[in-house]
Amino acid sequence: MIEFCGLTLRHRVINASGCFDALAGARVFGDRLFDEFPFAAYVSKTITLAPRDGNPPPRLWESAAGLINSIGLPNRGLGAYLEDDLPALARLTVPLITNVMGSTPAEVGELVAALEDRPQVRAIELNVSCPNVATGLDIGADPQGLEALLEHVRPLSSKPLIVKLTPNTADVAECAAGAEAGGADAVSLINTLRAVALSPGGAAPWLGGGSGGLSGPAIRAIALAQVSAVARRVAIPIVGMGGVGCGRDARELIDVGATLVAVGTECFRDPAAGVRIERELEAAFAQYAG
Amino acid sequence: MSAPFGRRSSVLLSRRVVGRYVVLGTADELAVAEPGQFYMLAAAERWGGGEGERPFLGRAVSVMRVGDRGLLEFLLEDVGPGTKRLCELEVGEGLILVGPFGHGFSVPEEPDTLLVGGGIGIAPLVAVQEAWGGRALLGFRDAGHAAGAGLFSEPTVATDDGSIGHHGAVTELLDRELAARPRPVYACGPPAMLAAVNERVRRHGVPSELALEAPMACGFGACYGCVVATVDGYRRVCVDGPVFNGAVLA
Repeated sequence: MIEFCGLTLRHRVINASGCFDALAGARVFGDRLFDEFPFAAYVSKTITLAPRDGNPPPRLWESAAGLINSIGLPNRGLGAYLEDDLPALARLTVPLITNVMGSTPAEVGELVAALEDRPQVRAIELNVSCPNVATGLDIGADPQGLEALLEHVRPLSSKPLIVKLTPNTADVAECAAGAEAGGADAVSLINTLRAVALSPGGAAPWLGGGSGGLSGPAIRAIALAQVSAVARRVAIPIVGMGGVGCGRDARELIDVGATLVAVGTECFRDPAAGVRIERELEAAFAQYAG
Repeated sequence: MSAPFGRRSSVLLSRRVVGRYVVLGTADELAVAEPGQFYMLAAAERWGGGEGERPFLGRAVSVMRVGDRGLLEFLLEDVGPGTKRLCELEVGEGLILVGPFGHGFSVPEEPDTLLVGGGIGIAPLVAVQEAWGGRALLGFRDAGHAAGAGLFSEPTVATDDGSIGHHGAVTELLDRELAARPRPVYACGPPAMLAAVNERVRRHGVPSELALEAPMACGFGACYGCVVATVDGYRRVCVDGPVFNGAVLA
């Protein structure tokens, strides 16, 4: 058992937001998905106040040892999440972490406050990779902005707040420190790295959304560097992620300071990746202890 | 029926070349696929390290034939690093299966349903015709690809270069059939062909089921990468399709 922000988890491996859909998964694999859930906690896709269609296709580009996605956070909005998704997710046998995103502190505050009286939501992850409408910069790329955001939403929630840091910044450790100073309970990183793919044989962007985010084994070394830098800077726990495909990868993130490890793109290749990576991680620890 | 959870190791049991295509045979003892469903396929070895260090993700491939005891056949064409590696596989080599996914074609209302296929899109229609019959109208680029028509019973063929069969588009064959007798259409092929088929079935007011292809990362509804525009907004090809009623496509 692992203690994380007051939650007791069966092990250290969870999913990265947007990389596993428990409700679609149950439609495809049957209800036993809930009984044999592959992760120690379930992190939802990003929920926004208003419904979002997401970006026009094409949304995917396979790159060298990775994937560039431009999905655009499609979701049916907070109202449908509360009314439809939460009751359906009552079958979960692991803690639910809800990921939310707003374009202003007021919007994030509204999302966080709306989850306050839902005991089913055990923690909230804040996706701060949203451009600030005033500056055009990601909210999460600015340490002072992050601290101010946390100071605004912290009093609105009694639940653990996990800040999903963006790697698209000059100093991720400084951003983590801002989140910690504002009252975050944990940070998670790394999100995808901003990336572009061009159409085969042409100079036009391939992705319907123009640019996208790079994930997969291609970013694992960057994840190690950033998790390591953040761990040296802050005292709050870290959810490490970025290109984890096996127990050894997970072990390395833990070695540099992560408490939990999230699996993202590997879930696309293997829906049961969480089970396998957890087992391999156990073996890696046993080998170390022996 | 639910798909088995997780990926399974299998072995290539058969491989044969059909013109420009390769038919791969394997077995899935855990599931019975329906016509129109697909699997995510990857080679167990050397998946990665090709052109541009790809492939990385599995490749969505329609089930072409479902045999006894879980035997499965897939139709492939080498068009990129993933399909290239799959086409190179030899009998006895390892194959990774995830699936079967998606909802397939429904049982046709009449036995003489028109099956309109283009290129590699003929694959799921082989399974449809073997399960329920139907009249196959097939379009190909050239004679090398048109060898795929040999997988069907009594097909009518069109080729872009006129080397075999009707010289022109498969939709011209469809026009003739619909003019003679309007009836349901099942189709699979490239986007431009499906759009042309959809335009015709709407004009004739006949029911249609169109199997779409889209690049996808997962196949089971997680990534939201494979969406198609419908009258109800974007829908995921993997879990809401790949077979759609032509009337709902935007």
